[in-house]
Amino acid sequence: MDAAQPQNDSDTLVRIRDLHFSRGARAIFDGVDLDIARGKVTAIMGPSGTGKTTLLRLIGGQLDPDRGSVQVDGEEVPALSRTGLYALRKRMGMLFQSGALLTDLTVFDNVAFPLREHTDLPESMIRDLVLMKLQAVGLRGARDLMPSELSGGMARRIALARAIALDPMMIMYDEPFTGQDPISKGALVQLIRLLNDALELTSIIVSHDVNETASISDYVYVISQGEVVGHGTPEDLAKTDSEWVRQFMQGLPDGPVPFHYPAPDYAKDLLNDAV
Amino acid sequence: MLEWIRQLGRSGISQFETLGRANLFLLKTLVGLPGLLRRPGLLVAQLWSVGVLSLLIIVVSGLFVGMVLGLQGYNTLVDFGAEESLGVAVALSIVRELGPVVTALLFAGRAGSALAAEIGLMKATEQLSGMEMMAVDPIHRVIAPRFLAGFISMPLLAAIFSAVGVYGGYFVGVGLLGVDDGAYWSQMQDKVDLFDDILNGVIKSLVFGWVVTWIAVFEGYDAVPTSEGVSRATTRTVVYAALAVLGLDFVLTALMFGD
Repeated sequence: MDAAQPQNDSDTLVRIRDLHFSRGARAIFDGVDLDIARGKVTAIMGPSGTGKTTLLRLIGGQLDPDRGSVQVDGEEVPALSRTGLYALRKRMGMLFQSGALLTDLTVFDNVAFPLREHTDLPESMIRDLVLMKLQAVGLRGARDLMPSELSGGMARRIALARAIALDPMMIMYDEPFTGQDPISKGALVQLIRLLNDALELTSIIVSHDVNETASISDYVYVISQGEVVGHGTPEDLAKTDSEWVRQFMQGLPDGPVPFHYPAPDYAKDLLNDAV
Repeated sequence: MLEWIRQLGRSGISQFETLGRANLFLLKTLVGLPGLLRRPGLLVAQLWSVGVLSLLIIVVSGLFVGMVLGLQGYNTLVDFGAEESLGVAVALSIVRELGPVVTALLFAGRAGSALAAEIGLMKATEQLSGMEMMAVDPIHRVIAPRFLAGFISMPLLAAIFSAVGVYGGYFVGVGLLGVDDGAYWSQMQDKVDLFDDILNGVIKSLVFGWVVTWIAVFEGYDAVPTSEGVSRATTRTVVYAALAVLGLDFVLTALMFGD
């Protein structure tokens, strides 16, 4: 048994069983089982379009599964009332791929947003809290900037500061490294691990950046075509027997996932065209 | 043929679904309105961007519409020696019809399209999803203040349009064409009824404000979250709002003035 795999129920923060979800006729998840261990960084990897972001939305209750169970901290998410769901979401943070900062508010007001919405704290205390969160992501000096003045990496760090504003139990990261320069990527990689350990969070990273994600993850699930095709610690997955997982983890251009999109025979195709 | 009937059915069902969504959306928005009492700042900010920023176009349009009415009215009335009735003609045209209708059309173009684009872009950039994940209902936080601001602004803008329009007619009729000053105002005072004319105009502008803002916020919220989707939502807002205003104007006019 892996160290990062939950040993019993109290170790598991998110438990997904027999998850089925489809969009129209297309099945996104077809019987997925998944456990996210409390206090750990768990990565969910897979090629683009496999429904990784959809999985986060299912955990956050923005989508309802067709069948199966999604439990967060013992609560069955799809069965929660609106009030119950909102109470649960106050204990979750989510970092969207775009950052999803409110464009009409300054950086400071963005981070203060959840505090002002959900607490009655005096403004002086909100100021202190916001500055502490901004300091944690290294952007205290950017407090007066507008989101349009931020680089992509800065916007994600601000969004991270906002996500931890209410001291959640868990943070979900949706493709945090996509489109980042090496410095921003490095900063985010370090921040995710540091914040997880310092704030005793549970982190779920959805990503297809294998190296960055594997470097800070305690446990990895690889999903493809609606199923979990491999899971284990990053070290286990590096030694996996599954050709598919090996192709994905090592970024090989050809393998079980072919380089070529299905097409008729090449030679015949060319000759047909000539006729 | 069969395929054509199938498509017709599909499109009909989809239209009804949209109508159902729009009504549920309106209901949720109305439920969110009392929450604004605790946070008037949200409403004030929207009153500024929806109402105050539309003032210029409303005032300028009102002035020109009034001036044109003054000119046209004078040319028609002078043939019958009735140019002293110019004040009544201008006032009735504007207060009953042009004030609410033209204001609503301009309001849809200026404020409605801006609302739809803003909300659609918030959706496309995941700001609305982000709010939901922060346990903040975007319908209460984003939509409700915008809807109420539109509903409040529209009749006020229509009133301003009408007032400026009457002065536009006065400027041309009395100032340039020599209609008697006292006659312009006194005939207006005599013939324009507070309830039959002005109040009915106000009712129209309230209805138009409700409908135009509803269409705008719904189209933005229901937009496909892509650049193309937002652009379509903006266009649909202006087209649907304009058609709704003109259609409703006929119905309301028939109810109010058709004996």
